[in-house]
Amino acid sequence: MLNTDIYGEFETAWCPGCGDHAILKSLKQALAILEIEPHQYVHCSGIGQAAKTPHYLRCNCFNGLHGRSLPPAQAIKLANPDATVLVSSGDGCSYGEGGNHFLAAIRRNVDITVIVHDNQIYGLTKGQASPTTSEGSKTKSQPWGVTNQPFNPMAVAVAMRANFVARSFSGMMEHLTDMIVQAVRHPGFSLVDVLQPCVSFNKINTFSWYKERCKPIDPAHDPTNWEAAMQVASVFGQTIPVGVIYKNDRPPLGARYKTLAAGPLHERTPNLAAVERIMQTFA
Amino acid sequence: MQLTAATILIGGEAGQGLATVGHLLTKTLVRAGYDVVVTQDYQSRIRGGHNTFAIRTTLPGEGPRVAAPSASVDILVALNQETIDLHTPALTPGGVLLMGQAMSAHDVNALAVPYKELIPKPIFENVAALGVLCGLLGLDRAHPARLVTEQFQKKGQDVIDQNLAVLAKSHDWVEQQPHGFGPLAKAPARGEHLALNGNEAVALGAMAAGCTFCSYYPMTPATSVPMMLAAHAETVGIVVEQAEDEIAAVNMVLGASYAGARAMTATSGGGFALMVEGVSLAGMTETPLVVFLSQRPGPATGLPTRTEQADLTLALYAGHGEFPRAIFAPGTIEQCFHLTVHAFNQAEKAQTAIFVLSDQFLADSVRNVEPFDLAALPPAVLPDRSDDAPESYQRYAVTESGVSPRRLPCAGQSLVVLDSDEHTPDGHITEDLAVRVTMHEKRLRKHALLRTDAIPPDYDGPPTPDLLLACWGSTLGAVQEAAALLRAEGQAVGVLHFTQVWPLNPDHFLPRFAQAGKVVMVEGNHAGQLANCIRMETGFAMTQCITRYDGLPFTARYILDRL
Repeated sequence: MLNTDIYGEFETAWCPGCGDHAILKSLKQALAILEIEPHQYVHCSGIGQAAKTPHYLRCNCFNGLHGRSLPPAQAIKLANPDATVLVSSGDGCSYGEGGNHFLAAIRRNVDITVIVHDNQIYGLTKGQASPTTSEGSKTKSQPWGVTNQPFNPMAVAVAMRANFVARSFSGMMEHLTDMIVQAVRHPGFSLVDVLQPCVSFNKINTFSWYKERCKPIDPAHDPTNWEAAMQVASVFGQTIPVGVIYKNDRPPLGARYKTLAAGPLHERTPNLAAVERIMQTFA
Repeated sequence: MQLTAATILIGGEAGQGLATVGHLLTKTLVRAGYDVVVTQDYQSRIRGGHNTFAIRTTLPGEGPRVAAPSASVDILVALNQETIDLHTPALTPGGVLLMGQAMSAHDVNALAVPYKELIPKPIFENVAALGVLCGLLGLDRAHPARLVTEQFQKKGQDVIDQNLAVLAKSHDWVEQQPHGFGPLAKAPARGEHLALNGNEAVALGAMAAGCTFCSYYPMTPATSVPMMLAAHAETVGIVVEQAEDEIAAVNMVLGASYAGARAMTATSGGGFALMVEGVSLAGMTETPLVVFLSQRPGPATGLPTRTEQADLTLALYAGHGEFPRAIFAPGTIEQCFHLTVHAFNQAEKAQTAIFVLSDQFLADSVRNVEPFDLAALPPAVLPDRSDDAPESYQRYAVTESGVSPRRLPCAGQSLVVLDSDEHTPDGHITEDLAVRVTMHEKRLRKHALLRTDAIPPDYDGPPTPDLLLACWGSTLGAVQEAAALLRAEGQAVGVLHFTQVWPLNPDHFLPRFAQAGKVVMVEGNHAGQLANCIRMETGFAMTQCITRYDGLPFTARYILDRL
């Protein structure tokens, strides 16, 4: 295991008490356990407080646009199969603005790990409902109470047979670290949805609200059993099961690209002999 | 009398094989040493409708080659009655109509081809049509025979022999007909030429530039570029990924580019509209981005399969905020190839978004070109491959040119930090407004670099013309031909063709404008977008703008009628 000091210490822009602090700490622990050095991985993010995570780590960082963390992350992994690629972003970024990319990424199954900081609210824009906000919650933008059904990322990911689907809670750091470690080790698209309190804008789903409800999944649960996983994924209420909900071993996309067998794309030089042959087919 | 030029228009429903006949004849003509320019007109449907494939062929001669469609037709090949009804008015007095036996002609020189006698099965109709056309044009029989042999190589000798028999029989048949159509004068010998359309040349250019990654969402008329890259992906070493939408496509390109791939996307206006935030991201993060933007008429879905040049201002202003970019506009197949190679190098050199602006006409227009000299291409501009002093490496180090050394993540010990927010030289998010000013100015300094490298417009004509015709992109051929016709009447006419439409260096063209009597811009949009851009940059106002926006490409006739 590496020393977590190599990932640096940075002053953050997060509120005191925000779940992001614990997620960052767990992430560093997980990287240390995985023995991934800063120069060996790329951390991608979108926009939002969670998306600032890579700025608080020594790492290669692609901090792009709101909702758009997944397309560059997948392309980075395809362009450089040697790189470990992680994504940190919030519930709005991942399931709202980036919803189409989320679905497509599961289908595409590139070997990346996505950590969603899910606080069930838009924090950075000061308190609007997010795709995961509970029905009936009153917010500044929905003063009559949210009427949309909340998005269930676990159920959607399991329904689509994503390669690795897990949930954790920022108040269970050891558990969270373990989920991230398992997710990175698992080939293909891995999702870790992390419940976390937003101390400034979510007065319903507080630290104690999650703490009372988040319970480790029954150890007898078989994450390779899709029907059982759908059952677990659909539970979110008085009890919120945390742990590995579903696992699949569909080969990652990169393995299907013969072009990538020769290593990272940045090492290639133009193959002019091949271009010459292709050109001659037009004679 | 022997002809030095002919236009063959094949018309019919989509799915009837008109493009197959068209491509076979085009290739035969190119191999026989003629110049060709193909114009394809088709509808946004898979079968049915009315499509045409027009080949204008000329004897190579002195002066600029013919590179535009013709408004008139010498051989009309009708695969259905509708073609006869629609296109007979365009048939020249000496022209001939080729039709099936069940069709009826409108008082023109017509040949009803007895397909039932010439071919054993309907599947041979394309080859029979090729034989008849080659016979009419008086082409050497060896060229179509060799082409047909190559075409059916994979299907075995039997199939080849059957097709050759049909070809010969059709050729014999037409030679016995009193059609009165003069043969083409024999073309002088020349070296090997390729028959390439604009998009094929762009794809070859991308491959020659060392493109290793392309993500796209299919959209006419750009799709054939990624399709061709996909077809050769494993041979050349490219990852081609079909994205879930254009937003993903452009963001994927940026991710791949960040990781060191030479990456591009290809789209048309409607798809590009979705990519705009990604273009802005390229500007802020200084990530090389090559966008092949093949224009079609808009707004919105517009005329999906027709041509226009109305996305220049979209490309010019795409993205919020200010950042440098360059826009190239090929007018020939050769320029499609070379400007694509150049786009990759400029994208790396200036670390920003670079556009290759083509259109449907050029995308689908097959022409003959000499094979490109790949050995003579400029060396590829590449990222900083050193890994010296990784601890002090700063992705956005402030430099005099504005260009910072671009290292690659996971390619060494250096950490590469990229951010869409305003950032410090080491790439981290900042709200220090003094840093903002420094970084903004650093990025904008790269405009000067792109401007210094600006490709001067090509000029052809006398030093002080009475009339200067200015144009950009695919309009070139029609403008050159209009100028040639005017010169034949004794007028002093110059042609100025812009292959780089941004940034502009006024020193390259203002003196020419000053020396001309009238300056007329010819472009395929309503506003006169390049004319407006030139006025914005220089204050120079054109005497006249000749515009076209009915979905069809310019012809010389169209221009002359409006002068």
